[in-house]
Amino acid sequence: MIFPTTPSQTVGPYFAIGLPWPEGPYAVPPGTPGAIRISGFVYDGDGDTVPDNMIETWQADTEGRFADLYGHGGPARLDGFRGFARCGYEDGDGSYEIITVKPGRVPGPGDALQAPHIDVSVFARGLLHRCVTRIYFADEPEANAADPVLHSVPADRRETLLAQPANDGYRFDIRLQGPGETVFFAL
Amino acid sequence: MNVIEHDDASTAPARRDRDAAQTPTSYEREPVHAHPPLDDAGYKSTRLRHPRTPLVYLPQTITEITGPQLGPQRVSENDHDLTAQHAGEPIGERITVSGRVFDGEGKPLAGTLVEIWQANSAGRYRHRWDRWPAPLDPNFSGAGRTVTDAEGRYRFVTIKPGPYPWGNHHNAWRPAHIHFSLLGRAFVQRLVTQMYFPGDPLHPYDPIFNSVRDERARERMVSSFSIHGTQPNWAAAYEFDIYLRGPGATPFEEAH
Repeated sequence: MIFPTTPSQTVGPYFAIGLPWPEGPYAVPPGTPGAIRISGFVYDGDGDTVPDNMIETWQADTEGRFADLYGHGGPARLDGFRGFARCGYEDGDGSYEIITVKPGRVPGPGDALQAPHIDVSVFARGLLHRCVTRIYFADEPEANAADPVLHSVPADRRETLLAQPANDGYRFDIRLQGPGETVFFAL
Repeated sequence: MNVIEHDDASTAPARRDRDAAQTPTSYEREPVHAHPPLDDAGYKSTRLRHPRTPLVYLPQTITEITGPQLGPQRVSENDHDLTAQHAGEPIGERITVSGRVFDGEGKPLAGTLVEIWQANSAGRYRHRWDRWPAPLDPNFSGAGRTVTDAEGRYRFVTIKPGPYPWGNHHNAWRPAHIHFSLLGRAFVQRLVTQMYFPGDPLHPYDPIFNSVRDERARERMVSSFSIHGTQPNWAAAYEFDIYLRGPGATPFEEAH
């Protein structure tokens, strides 16, 4: 490192005038067959919802390919696949949603294949730096059991990283602090 | 020399392979104090929103070293000029804000999305929950977007935002600032920050600015005034270079 990074600052309460857009929550084009909705709430340490949250996600397509700018991981196979979603509201109730597909498995440390997962950034007023977590899927028990990242998380906290099947996709809540606090990662 | 035209299907994969070979496969871990702490006694809103459990180390896998192609399709004609988005011009001090986006090795990041948002010259945001009694400006929305050029340069035309009071503590005022959002080229490079203006008397009193403990690091969030960039009879120039994380020493391990 020659040049230290520019420090992070909070997105503050007014990011909605600049960052979200109507199709932001769509990591896949609207109408994509087999698309799923992942939704939930963001909670603070008192168990109250965080209405000024902004969620961003990044993931592979169903075959484990990325819509990466530089071609790492091979080109995405799904037509119009963006792999990136952003959700935030001017007048939110603490919920978020993304519309996507369940990602395929991609390589991890060593020769291990990772379980299907989605990287998540949480931004909000009061967060001086983003909090990073991962969404895994509760209905992938075998892949999850072999996942090196999940394995590095204390067993009694792994559940906080599992999206649970719901009517129209999956439910994944994010608890910034307190009982059931979500596992956050240092990158 | 053979020039292949109209043959995207065959040339695109080759270009992608070349680009992939030239971009980092791992990024340096940042020092602990590179960014402000999530728990900051001076900034009240951190109290119930910071994780209490230590962060878990995440190895940089293919998911972390890749990033979205969210560039030109998010940017339209007047997005870089916040003074040209309405029928009339906004009230305030017309300025240009420009600079370059680099990684930690000083290599420019081309084609990366830069998004900004800000208050108007009276310090008021066009947002439902900004209730401070300063006037809205019908000619100012306060949001801008652009993509860096081949040398990592970006440029915005806007008006200087005003300072404004907030409820953090008695007589709390935010110094003038412009919010910046950068995607970089990898998930690990994602950065949201704020650009401040040189010589602002409110800097010593602002807990968000001072959440960055190291003075030299704080200075990296302060733009500089440029008389050379200033356009006579038109706009004062502020320059703000941004550094995202640089490549690390350990290569990414591909599965065999």
